[in-house]
Amino acid sequence: MNNKISILIVDDEDSVRDSLFNWFIEDGYRVECAENAKIALSKIETDNFDIILADIKMPGMDGMEMLRRIKSLKNELIVIIMTAFATVDTAVQALKDGAFDYITKPFDPDDLSHLIRNASKQISLSKENEILKERVVVLENVEDIIGNSESMKRVLHEVENVSQSNSSVIITGESGTGKELIAKAIHSNSSRKYFPLVSVHCGALSESLLESELFGHEKGAFTGAMYVRKGRFEMADSGSIFLDEISTISTKMQVELLRVLETKSFVRVGGNKEIMSDFRVICATNKNLKQMVEEGTFREDLFYRLNVVNIHIPPLRERKEDIPLLVDYFINKYCTAMNKPVVQIDVTTIKRLSEFEFPGNIRELENMIERAIVVGNGKKITLKDFIFEKKTIKSSKESLDEQERIHITQILNKYNWNISRSAKALQVDRVTLYNKIKKYNLKASSK
Amino acid sequence: MSTKNITLISFGYFEQYFLKNIVKNIQQVFNINVELKEGHLDLSDYYNPARRQYDANKLLQEVNSNFSSIDNKTIGLFNVDLFIPIFTFIFGQAYLNNNSGIASIYRLNNERYGIEPDDNLLLERFSKEIIHELGHTFGLTHCHVTDCVMRSVSYVEDIDQKSTNFCPSCRNQL
Ligand SMILES: [Zn+2]
Ligand SMILES: [Zn+2]
Repeated sequence: MNNKISILIVDDEDSVRDSLFNWFIEDGYRVECAENAKIALSKIETDNFDIILADIKMPGMDGMEMLRRIKSLKNELIVIIMTAFATVDTAVQALKDGAFDYITKPFDPDDLSHLIRNASKQISLSKENEILKERVVVLENVEDIIGNSESMKRVLHEVENVSQSNSSVIITGESGTGKELIAKAIHSNSSRKYFPLVSVHCGALSESLLESELFGHEKGAFTGAMYVRKGRFEMADSGSIFLDEISTISTKMQVELLRVLETKSFVRVGGNKEIMSDFRVICATNKNLKQMVEEGTFREDLFYRLNVVNIHIPPLRERKEDIPLLVDYFINKYCTAMNKPVVQIDVTTIKRLSEFEFPGNIRELENMIERAIVVGNGKKITLKDFIFEKKTIKSSKESLDEQERIHITQILNKYNWNISRSAKALQVDRVTLYNKIKKYNLKASSK
Repeated sequence: MSTKNITLISFGYFEQYFLKNIVKNIQQVFNINVELKEGHLDLSDYYNPARRQYDANKLLQEVNSNFSSIDNKTIGLFNVDLFIPIFTFIFGQAYLNNNSGIASIYRLNNERYGIEPDDNLLLERFSKEIIHELGHTFGLTHCHVTDCVMRSVSYVEDIDQKSTNFCPSCRNQL
């Protein structure tokens, strides 16, 4: 969207114009400068700008007078007033006269980005409204979400639906299924995409750390704290916050979180100023929160506030048809990253891979491919380049050994562990049966 | 990418092993030779007593005119608080599609925010900032992809949200 937005900087100081010019150029905007109001007004008449950033104090016509003229000329133009000393009076007057906002010099870079993003959002929203009535929604930033299976198509369809709303979302799925990618997709397809998506891995932080992570702290709250530290909720203002492993937060944090979600405000650690923040919450968990609510370990009110929409990502073993695509994708990814020519993999190897269960899901497959590329001969990966951990071996139930174990157990139980009768039924001799019992470590159930 | 070399010049004290790790990270991302040099400047010439910070515009100019060369991307590494007149501080800056940039580690340090020091995090943050400024010297503007190193960040912990790498579309433009 930046490419379409153009900015005119009006300031009599060279250094201010230059600095802002560079800043906006790096951000990909179209930028022009004017050193006084007269030049600015003539540029505005002949050219199309979206945002005017004007100093309030300039020789000749001042910023306030210019603001009034711009507004009578092109009322829809967004004008932001810069002041060296913000006095409440001038600020209020500027807003009254139609300024979009005002900002005090020198700016905190964060404040300027926020202000410009807000302006850009307003502009792009009104532009979109004009021309994009019947546009087909095309999801952006979903290149990393691989899969053609019906279940993944359904997930993406849900992402599409939910991204347009402001609802809280819980993403569920086993670990390694790519919950964070789905969170990113939701964020980058929402109107909040111009603002940050801030991630918090709740499980990695102790209760006290989590508090300062989420709420931030004031300058001097701890020894050595020279600067204010913004918390994640504050960073996520106008954007989204992604709370991973939400099930791990303590009861105390659950209460705090609920309060923040209800009021959209909080206080930094060591401070008393109420900070407002407008964020959307996306959570993820591999636990059954509903069950935790029933067991009393997760607050019901918090659960209902978070669980407005639930998107469930199926485990990899339930969408095996996606494995070839994933293998291809990871081979490309790692060969590119390692600067190697793309290695080959044959159909039988992929087929064998598809027979494994992947308890660690996509992440496990990804690690296996990465390793295979490293240890392989650089041209082709084959089965021997993979290490399958025992637990990952294809459905224990389908393996011959497992079938044998289950069958022997059943027979033994049927004949009350009478070895002779069981051996006869199994049509093996007693020694063989004893060996099998030893091999599978079978024991008579205690009842 | 016609550039043959990236040169990092440290101005002020940095631990050698730290710089070596920085070089390793940069090399991994750009896959071209990264050279490490030491530069000597009297930084008091760039100090602004009223702001008690160092003038990033002048420092960038200095690096560009006296320490960089064509066919080479040069980034000056500093350990002082950088400002430009309009901003309270900056992490770094670069000339777009040109030869040079600067980056400072000063505000990337956890301790300045009253949190436990974390050397690995610091290394990662500084690497990202340097890669970001290098991206500008290669002509890249800011990017909206959350993970992309070219995403503009104005707040220290926001750096931790992005990766050390370019998103596919930024990488294509390199
Ligand atoms: Zn930048
Ligand atoms: Zn990018």
